[in-house]
Amino acid sequence: MIDKKTLLASLLGASVVLPLPALAQDSASDSDPVTLRMAYDADPVSLDIHEQLSGGILQLSHLTHDPLVRWTKDVKFEPRLAADWERIDDKTMRFTLRDGVKFHTGNDFTAKDVVWTINRLKRSADFKAIFDPIASATAIDEHTVEIKTHKPYPLVLNLATYIFPMDSEYYSGETEDGDPKDEIVKNGDSFASRHSSGTGPYEVVSRQQGVKVEFERFDDYWDKDSPGNVDRLVLTPIGENATRVSALLSGDVDFIAPVPPNDLDRVRADKNVELTTMSGTRIILMQLNQKRVEAFEDPRVRKAFNYAVNQQAIADRLMKGFATPAAQLSPKGYEGYNDSLEPRYDVEKAKELMKEAGYEDGFSVSMMAPNNRYVNDAKIAQAVATMLSRINVDVDLKTLPKAQYWGEFDDRAADIMMIGWHADTEDSANLFQYLTECPDPETGAGQYNAANYCNPELDEKVAQANVETDRAKRAEMLQAVEKALYDDAAFMPLHWQDLAWAAKKNVKLEPVVNVMNFPYLGDLVVEQ
Amino acid sequence: MIAFLIKRLMHAFVVMFVISVISFAIQSNLGDPIQQMVGQSVPESQRAELREELGLNDSFLVQYGRFATNALQGDFGYSYFFNEPTTEVIQRHLPATLELVIAATLIIVVFSVPIGVYCAIRPRSALSRFFMSVSIIGISIPVFLTAIMLIQLFAIGVDFSPFPVDTGWGQWLNGVLSTEGGMPSYGRGNDLTHLFGTWDSNFFSLDGLTYLVLPAVSLASIMLPLFIRLIRAEMLEVLQSEYVKFATAKGISLKRIYFVHALKNTMLPVITVGGVQLGTMVAYTILTETVFQWPGMGLMFLEAIQRSDIPLIVTYLMIVGLIFVVTNTLVDLIYGLVNPTVKLTGKPA
Repeated sequence: MIDKKTLLASLLGASVVLPLPALAQDSASDSDPVTLRMAYDADPVSLDIHEQLSGGILQLSHLTHDPLVRWTKDVKFEPRLAADWERIDDKTMRFTLRDGVKFHTGNDFTAKDVVWTINRLKRSADFKAIFDPIASATAIDEHTVEIKTHKPYPLVLNLATYIFPMDSEYYSGETEDGDPKDEIVKNGDSFASRHSSGTGPYEVVSRQQGVKVEFERFDDYWDKDSPGNVDRLVLTPIGENATRVSALLSGDVDFIAPVPPNDLDRVRADKNVELTTMSGTRIILMQLNQKRVEAFEDPRVRKAFNYAVNQQAIADRLMKGFATPAAQLSPKGYEGYNDSLEPRYDVEKAKELMKEAGYEDGFSVSMMAPNNRYVNDAKIAQAVATMLSRINVDVDLKTLPKAQYWGEFDDRAADIMMIGWHADTEDSANLFQYLTECPDPETGAGQYNAANYCNPELDEKVAQANVETDRAKRAEMLQAVEKALYDDAAFMPLHWQDLAWAAKKNVKLEPVVNVMNFPYLGDLVVEQ
Repeated sequence: MIAFLIKRLMHAFVVMFVISVISFAIQSNLGDPIQQMVGQSVPESQRAELREELGLNDSFLVQYGRFATNALQGDFGYSYFFNEPTTEVIQRHLPATLELVIAATLIIVVFSVPIGVYCAIRPRSALSRFFMSVSIIGISIPVFLTAIMLIQLFAIGVDFSPFPVDTGWGQWLNGVLSTEGGMPSYGRGNDLTHLFGTWDSNFFSLDGLTYLVLPAVSLASIMLPLFIRLIRAEMLEVLQSEYVKFATAKGISLKRIYFVHALKNTMLPVITVGGVQLGTMVAYTILTETVFQWPGMGLMFLEAIQRSDIPLIVTYLMIVGLIFVVTNTLVDLIYGLVNPTVKLTGKPA
């Protein structure tokens, strides 16, 4: 830490002392260095990209490392460090790696780094579950890797978007304290949490947790076709929404994310900045606990609840158009997305269904929602509670800060609970596994199924889809599951949260942002 | 004097003990720190393992005992988020907060004394009335609102054009109401002067000072009007007293009466209140630092709460408790110096 500081200080000092002609020479060869100052709501918790599975870490991964394949804007696969891939059989996938790629340390990138990285991922507490299906990874030669799965597994490419090869040579051996350099430490110091060497477009120059991270473009970055022209990135975490927006509007930073919905109009109105929005993939929904409330076992009641809630109104008024009303779990672009499903809203019909089920006079339920986790979460819960009162359901709503909410959620402490979910694998099966499958503490299925909804038949279908490597066939199966869940009104879908970024006019954000919310800043063009 | 200090030291220990017990007792309501450390899809078994590793499953007494034993040896534990000893984290954030408080104090002292005295000497003048009404507004606006308004006016700028642009007076009025902006709106800037250890200062460069202005003004905005009113009220009272009337009758110059005789007696209660308010100001830094993203202890504390970073929260509370005890002790000492009739130990004279 001290070393870094003195180094930085002397660099700064040197740049001041340096005679001007030397600087002029530098800038004569190529145009002035481009700096992008950006403000996110948080900074990555660590430089170790395997320490935590979170949006912040994935955003970092795309700066300092490069994945084998990555998602395109329309949720398709794009080759990165893997130039090509081929399915050998049901359980084997062969990746051909790009030639001439270098790590930040100058080491060559080869197949053994990929194997090393996959083995490390399988040890990481956060990534272990995702990489469970993988049986082994073998280096066939310098530039070929074979990944074998336990069972036929259709999502190998989805997993490959998480494989950001790390510099195996750099992370081998022991530190001065005798700790292995490749250890993954959640709470405490480790070599990997302070040092980083990947193949990505940017190297970390300095980092002060919670204050600032500085990146510089990697000279030997393999992707020479990338139009990216940003030489230096400065990331400042600004947690306070209003301050983040002010920092952009006052010109202190060039790029902010996320843009809080309440400030969208303010950002739009400013002529110096540009707002980019996109429908997101995080679904917000309410779960009706069948174990706590007998009435929720009746699909007619669950349907009535769905018909009583006006998702369009929530998306339009509460979210100011910053959400896409949902009728299912899978967002557009996912294989399970079933375009025949429409949001339900019809209060008369809801009343009828309640009457049919014998609850004409309604009943009382408790509801819990976080108040600082999702956009407008507490207000949404309030709106839903009000809408339910129209079918004589009396809701006792309690909202909590997220730090306290999750404990209550794990305890299934209320009859109706709010949750938002984004599938780590960008795949529908992940949504079903966590949110609607019969809860099973052994396998972890239904870990977030606070509805205690259980339909073994559907679980079986999801399991079958998960060994179906024919993508078209698989999509059909998953869409059928969505339809069945919809008909059964297993939960109350509300909307997919939209995404928003804002930047100065000369920062060409639009081409590099995506629904996964990790902008490919390596390809970012800033016009001078 | 020595007895007084020893008494205060014991006082400090009791305060620290109570704070540590209370903050430890509420930790179970602060939420699960594990939730902040792992991804959403991590299975319960993994979480349980981590919980065990951090000793979160032990009983309250065991956990507190472990903490107290270590704390007595100067080890306050590791921050879950920073992965560093909490004392180091706080040391790193302390200078920023102290500088902010010092800057705000300077603003308060420089403005409150002359304005307060002026308002007392000329209570009926238009300017006094103006100061009084502005100070009422200042007291009633919350700090964060002041901060956001300052950012809008001086960092972002306001383009105001309700008056006709094609006339001279319209243009002038628009110009008066609009501001250019351009002041920095967050952080401490890049041009810090390294003093020693973890102390980087904003005070020694123009760039550093520009970053300091808005946060310091908003932090001062609550206390400044309070002090103006306090000094005015005290001064008015002193000016009514017999000895001032006597001095006036003796023909001593008004300047000397106001600024030597009266002001000295006015400052006594002001110092007492000031000392107590200084502690309060440390609390207000939480709001100011959040709005301006000033990387000090207040911002750090708020984020620690959001992350359920219990060791850091406990250490912060204890250190703020210590600051309160120390400032109160200093105030009492200064009070004794200014007014020697005050007996510190409280023994009968």
